[in-house]
Amino acid sequence: MKPARFKYANPKTLNDALSLRAEYEDESRFLAGGQSLLPTMAFRLAQPEILIDLNWLHELNYVRLETSGAIRVGATVRHREMQVNRLIIDHQPLVNEAVFQVAHQQIRNRGTLCGNLAHADPSSEMPAVMLALEARFHAKSIDTDRWIEAVDFFLGVFETALEGPEMLIEIELPSMPERIGTSFMELSRRPGDYAMMGVAVVLTLNKDGTCANCRLAFCNASDTAVLAPKAMASLVGKPVNEETVRAVANIVQTELDPPDNINASSAYKTHLAGVLTRRALLKAVERASGGARAAA
Amino acid sequence: MLKEFYTVTTVVNGQSYKRVIEPRMSLCDFLRDELDLTGTHVGCEHGVCGACTILVDGLPVRSCLMLAPHADGADIQTIEGLANEDGELNVLQWAFREKHALQCGFCTPGFLTTITAFLAENPNPDREEVREALSGNTCRCTGYQHIIDAVLLAAETMRADK
Repeated sequence: MKPARFKYANPKTLNDALSLRAEYEDESRFLAGGQSLLPTMAFRLAQPEILIDLNWLHELNYVRLETSGAIRVGATVRHREMQVNRLIIDHQPLVNEAVFQVAHQQIRNRGTLCGNLAHADPSSEMPAVMLALEARFHAKSIDTDRWIEAVDFFLGVFETALEGPEMLIEIELPSMPERIGTSFMELSRRPGDYAMMGVAVVLTLNKDGTCANCRLAFCNASDTAVLAPKAMASLVGKPVNEETVRAVANIVQTELDPPDNINASSAYKTHLAGVLTRRALLKAVERASGGARAAA
Repeated sequence: MLKEFYTVTTVVNGQSYKRVIEPRMSLCDFLRDELDLTGTHVGCEHGVCGACTILVDGLPVRSCLMLAPHADGADIQTIEGLANEDGELNVLQWAFREKHALQCGFCTPGFLTTITAFLAENPNPDREEVREALSGNTCRCTGYQHIIDAVLLAAETMRADK
């Protein structure tokens, strides 16, 4: 239950961190908040020879509002910041609502949003939130610099589009224009546990109140966070009410095929996906038509 | 640039310490084995049970999921730092005794540190909020009801004392 021996680097600049990673690509790991990697190392499932600790990289510790209205969150920003940061509360209500479901407060005080995303646990809430929001992921190495769309980022269980020497240095959360309502709902056995099923909704309305765009992303429903494209498309152009939302939920239930786990069977998770979709869409439409983008 | 040892300079319960350690050492082992502060208990060692919760710069964290180097430059409070200056139990500790909120006591340091930060942020919680705040800590003896009672009593007493 103690990590294997490793050599430790605590670079003070991004450039130093990326250089180290380029030099020791195969034998090194980046450490951000450590709330997933450190237990894995305690079990010795991960035994990096070199640990590149990002906790001293103060240049990536920012939440920033861009002129486009988008918000950028740097690699070392902790989950707690998503709970208390004014920019997140005002501009990204879905992230603010969902973060309270991410583990327990002790974990949120330490874990980072970008570290969580780079870990790519399919049962984690935030990958689904990023899919629903169409967030973008900024990957950088000493030689390369590129942006990856959320839909292309998550490849499998603990597997992302990041390549060898790359680091996820920040994410960009797109701006939310008028008439958008969001909602995050999940069911777990105990507050802070992984959800048996969870859904993130981003709903955009036309001026006449009909659905202009609908995004539904689910956690713990597959090998990665997943969208339900057929269900999303089925709502476009329609009014959003009890009846239409129920129809969307029915499509979700045919579209998803969640794996069994110890807490819930596939059939039960499918049932939950329908129920949560219906409730979350009704909450989202209430928020969108109220003009308020804010969460509860 | 690669280190096999790391020099940690930190403040724990108001006292400064400096130690040279292997960077793989967890913060809870650092507190217990290097500083002899054995009040912080090590339960699961992988971030599930909450027994090792301490306050780092005022916020509760799991000390088994931090490396000792992360203490460098931090201001840490452990269970040993909670009692009043004269050694008397503080209000929260008193409330735990009053309401029988512990039996074996193994998990108690983690609960007390967690709740200390919780009540600082939310001095007037309802029962449901307390349950949620405690959800990251496991207790095998009490069934939690008495712990919730103690937190509510402590909150009420602290409000009355103000």
